Amino acid sequence: MKNLKQKYCIVGVGNTAYGKNPGISQIAHNVLAIRSALEDAGLTTQDLDGVLTKAPTSTFPMLWGPKIAEALRIQPKVTATLDQAGASNIGLIQYAISAIELGQAEVIAISYGDNPRTGTRASYARPRGDDALAGLFGAPSSYAMVAKRHMHEYGTTNEQLANVAIAHRTHASMNPGAQFQELFTVDDYMSSRWVAEPFRLLDCCPVSDGGAAYIITTEEKAKELKKLPVYIEGIGQAHPSWDFYRRPELATSGAKIAGKMAFKSAGLRPADIDFCEIYDCFTIVPLISLEEYGFVDKGEGGSFYEEQRTHIGGELPCNTSGGLLSETGMPGTQLVVEAVRQLRGEGQDRQVKGAEVGLVSQQGGIMTTHATMLLSNQGIHK
Amino acid sequence: MNEPPIADKFAAFEELIPPLDDLNTPYREALSRGELILQQCQSCTSYQYPFESFCYECGSNLLEHKVSRGQGFIYSFVKVHQPYHSAFKPFIPYTVATIQLDDGPRLLSAMLDLTTEVKIGDRVKPRIEKITASESMLMYELERS
Ligand SMILES: [Zn+2]
Repeated sequence: MKNLKQKYCIVGVGNTAYGKNPGISQIAHNVLAIRSALEDAGLTTQDLDGVLTKAPTSTFPMLWGPKIAEALRIQPKVTATLDQAGASNIGLIQYAISAIELGQAEVIAISYGDNPRTGTRASYARPRGDDALAGLFGAPSSYAMVAKRHMHEYGTTNEQLANVAIAHRTHASMNPGAQFQELFTVDDYMSSRWVAEPFRLLDCCPVSDGGAAYIITTEEKAKELKKLPVYIEGIGQAHPSWDFYRRPELATSGAKIAGKMAFKSAGLRPADIDFCEIYDCFTIVPLISLEEYGFVDKGEGGSFYEEQRTHIGGELPCNTSGGLLSETGMPGTQLVVEAVRQLRGEGQDRQVKGAEVGLVSQQGGIMTTHATMLLSNQGIHK
Repeated sequence: MNEPPIADKFAAFEELIPPLDDLNTPYREALSRGELILQQCQSCTSYQYPFESFCYECGSNLLEHKVSRGQGFIYSFVKVHQPYHSAFKPFIPYTVATIQLDDGPRLLSAMLDLTTEVKIGDRVKPRIEKITASESMLMYELERS
């Protein structure tokens, strides 16, 4: 993040309980997550002068930022809701940095909260794209179309997809906060029911209630606070399409361009990364993401997972808290929270030893939006 | 000329038909005649679907409707097992394919009543079925069938 007046840090993270959480409204998930992140940082609502948010997936409310701010009983100088689906969680950090650089704010909260598990989830089964008559409803079918193309071009197998889900479940088994912690085998995966071939049930993330939040401020302010600052080293984004099937190469994603942008702004290379938290709403996504970032050659993502190289203790631990597939199906805010915990050494049983630099990969739509962020605990550019 | 009967299994698709508007009316009228039309740009010659008032490639508003043979190949596909909508229930598991048209555009289409397994690269052609007296539905089937 060169050419900025100062460095920026994540100084507090928080979340509400993931999974089935009846009686907690969408607003409550946001407010409680923000209050928990403020407490983590040693700050109060009175320190906040910005509230940025991604709208809930299950409904699309207007003026969501001001509504959350009012529920926190604050009158912020900056609010925004960003519409990049799952990629918004990083895009909002970029917005926060801009607002602080412009002198509009000093401490900004970013949050997401929704209750599709116990509330309405009608939006989850809506047709994808323009044409319901084509029979494509729900996100699994669309991502499965991407997976099928990847299998055709590179020979990726269901056994390899199973190993993505198993890796993340293995990490979730070490995370007492994860929605699903029970281990399963490739055989269990192969006997789970088809949803939309080539996807079985265990290729798909669960529908989850939950909220997560983080607090962004300057390095100067961060140094006054109680937790080890986590530095935002680089951010990139890319948005290849809207209707996923019009993307010329379906088995690719915005991770390639967003990743290059993030690595360039951080002055880092893939070899510098100690762990990744990758948006994994479906098993095919992290597999393609690792290829697009250049951690493996195109087409080698499946064997990388099959050889268990993404397990904690392996060469590139990924999704250390279980990811969307096992920790919570929420659209990605929790991945930033987990990356911060890892970089502070708060990973407990699932801690990646010596973690200094982490990559967070977020995407939305049907791999139609993408954002990448690199975080460190060292202030590399000092 | 006798109207072909509407098969019961297709009547249920009526509630999925999007509302008519200025752009899609000619397309829908053509389908009900058993024809697939695309828009062709008179400035850059490219074909497009869905319809718009401008050319997606060059921005020109000189667009004409052209009958297309609608042939192409399967770029990717899925086999849906989940009953997301009651109209598709009798066909489960049914195939949804991304069709790469020879004329250029890609579209999504249901492939119902398949008797053989399909694969990526298979040649396909349109199959147009009546679902109401005035509306028809575009599906795809294998060219060899
Ligand atoms: Zn044109």
